[in-house]
Amino acid sequence: MSDLPTTPQQLARHLGRTRRDFLRDAAGVALGSTLMSASPLVRGATAAKKRKTIVITFGGGARDQETFAPEGQENIPNLLHQLIPQSSFFTQVVNQGILGHYVATASLATGVYETLNNFSAVPPQHPTVFEYFRKDLHRPLSDAWVVAPSNGFNRIGESDYRSYGSGMGARVVLPKHLLTAAMSGSSTDFEHLLRDNYETPLYTPRLAGGEFELQQLEMILKLSVDDFKAHALTASSPDELSVYIARRLMQQESPSLLWITMHDIDIAHAGAYSLYVDAIRRTDRLCAELWKAAQSEPEYAGNTTLFILPDFGRDADQDSGGNGFQHHRTGDALSRTTWMMAMGAGVREGVVYDRATESTDLVPTLGSMLGFSASLAQGKPIPELL
Amino acid sequence: MLPIDLKPEKFTGYPPEARKLAVNNVSALQRLPLTFLPSLLREMIDYDFKFPVERRAVERELATIASLSPEQLKDWFQGFVQIRLSSQLENLDWINAPAQFVEQLSAHLWSTHQLDAFRMAAVGYADRLRAAAPPEPPPVPRLGIAVIGQGVVAYDAPLFRKLRAHGAYFNHVEPENGLQLLLDAVAARAKAHSGAYAHWYIDGGQAARYDPAITCVSYHALEPARAALTAKMRAEIERPGMGPEALRTLMARMRPEDLGMMAEPGKTSDPVMDRFQLKVLTEGSGTQIFATTFAQWTAREALRRAQPLTLLVRFAPRQKQKPMNEMISGSQNPPELDPAGSLVDADFGAYYNWLNQQRLPGAEQSSFLVWFEGHNEAVAIGPAWPRGSQSNALVDMKHLLS
Repeated sequence: MSDLPTTPQQLARHLGRTRRDFLRDAAGVALGSTLMSASPLVRGATAAKKRKTIVITFGGGARDQETFAPEGQENIPNLLHQLIPQSSFFTQVVNQGILGHYVATASLATGVYETLNNFSAVPPQHPTVFEYFRKDLHRPLSDAWVVAPSNGFNRIGESDYRSYGSGMGARVVLPKHLLTAAMSGSSTDFEHLLRDNYETPLYTPRLAGGEFELQQLEMILKLSVDDFKAHALTASSPDELSVYIARRLMQQESPSLLWITMHDIDIAHAGAYSLYVDAIRRTDRLCAELWKAAQSEPEYAGNTTLFILPDFGRDADQDSGGNGFQHHRTGDALSRTTWMMAMGAGVREGVVYDRATESTDLVPTLGSMLGFSASLAQGKPIPELL
Repeated sequence: MLPIDLKPEKFTGYPPEARKLAVNNVSALQRLPLTFLPSLLREMIDYDFKFPVERRAVERELATIASLSPEQLKDWFQGFVQIRLSSQLENLDWINAPAQFVEQLSAHLWSTHQLDAFRMAAVGYADRLRAAAPPEPPPVPRLGIAVIGQGVVAYDAPLFRKLRAHGAYFNHVEPENGLQLLLDAVAARAKAHSGAYAHWYIDGGQAARYDPAITCVSYHALEPARAALTAKMRAEIERPGMGPEALRTLMARMRPEDLGMMAEPGKTSDPVMDRFQLKVLTEGSGTQIFATTFAQWTAREALRRAQPLTLLVRFAPRQKQKPMNEMISGSQNPPELDPAGSLVDADFGAYYNWLNQQRLPGAEQSSFLVWFEGHNEAVAIGPAWPRGSQSNALVDMKHLLS
């Protein structure tokens, strides 16, 4: 009889191995090793300035049993059959920080486990990947963008870390805020796209203004208010709207660093399992659509690296302290142990790595890949991606 | 103030029974670390509104703590002692507001990366307590029933996928008069094994007629309270500076009368049930807006707290998904329903009902039945049913409950 995992570390390792075994069986990918270090990236041929990086957070919070476990695979056909075969897949990405969506996404973006108030529109406390990227590589404001789901994310583009000064962060576009501005309170046809912070369905932070948003639409996205509203009518969720805006940004601004935070899955907090699973399926489809879009855009085709990773998981059914999929409050191993896939330029295809990495390793890894120093990040570069 | 400084007069703000309990046990409370004590006080301060089984559990816990030798006490609580608190937490009024302390302690544990250490200490304590003062076994084996799929005419996808492995799947159940037969079975158990709050019927819609010996909670009956709550939430959200934490604190302080939860004319108020229902609405996420969530969460809380011998949960269709702000806006129009999505919710909710039932004492003897209302499919779980089996035989409800 094999020993059952009991400690958080054992559970995380067990989870990683389960994902690995499943992927080997279902997607036919190979087991990687840290010794395989030769990168397929032709560094000299790919001018650093041309290189594009897209990060998608597969949020907010999906469990293995609805995704990579055998019973969950029906919910992620696109990840499984299209994207993973092209990816280096990391089965065990552990988030040791606070499991709230804004603070966890901020931690992903800084490489430091942030401790800010999850429900306040405050900037991260440590420099973000956007600041490192723009400052070290002398990139303009237009080269780093965040598309974020919730009004509470409007400060994620730039930290309040003093030595980085101000103005070195990313521009943040909040599609729902754009839509609110475009609607000017005139219609309720778009209400289904204005869902906000599911973590506390009792509260939706409101942002003032509207002129800047309309300016973003017309000046940057080259999109009339009417066209935007017409498209919004065809979108079924806030994340669909986010992906539409991201694609528009890719066409009009071609940012080298584009960060998209998905959030539909967090509807789970309302306790309706069907809506949670629907959101996972939608997010799976949107990830594939975005990658397909990157292949079809001249500025991105062939020179883009895509990272997809959840901010964290959700509580296990077996933990009596929680209520299963509904929340991420227990801090158990399942809610902390996630995964990451990287694909495209510079990344080996169809390889699975099951050693433990941390959520905070993303920013130092991006730094090593793109040539900036994430000097204040806590994580370490992932050698398998270098 | 530290626990060692506790005096009987510090509990004057507690309800009468809770005050008596605290005063009688003040010497035991003085021995506990501050990282632990407010969690216990949170249970004690609500003593007057607790179910009988909860009261006995608190009493057993206090008696056990009082019986520990100094060495045992050190051993039991050393994990809690090692947790570092902030001065802000230490200065909170943890005697009169233990729930707020625990909520802020949770945030402190997350931000200081002490959550895992606290979990370990809490799990260790619970294990020791269970060994020293085992929970009460039920006088008869428990029975849980989930009725799912109300309003669904046809459904092609497989149901009960999480539960089939644990029992017998039936695909030729006679559905006629099924709900009534199930309610009759609950009533019969209530008569045969009477006890306060021992037999429950939770309905995610409008309750069917039920025997007065059964404790009943329904989404429909709480509609006025839900409307009052969402109106208060809307008003608070509009206030400048109102955030989710402040709103949660405000809701935690609500009393049943704030939501108009008074006894119907001619009936006596039940403060325990009033408080239970209030907590379902103010502490359960989504219970105010989705009938399926309401049914699942109410069942979870009933099992966790009242530990019923019999629990019948009938799920009903929830409203279709809309923006949160719209769902709590209290529109006068009847909401559009989502029966198919609700069936999926209820199917998973039934699995959670079974899991929560299995967490109670006597789990190995417990039985559970889930039935697709008005249809031929059901799963029966219990000592009498072979795990992972399937039966194509024509059966009725009585057979499934036998």
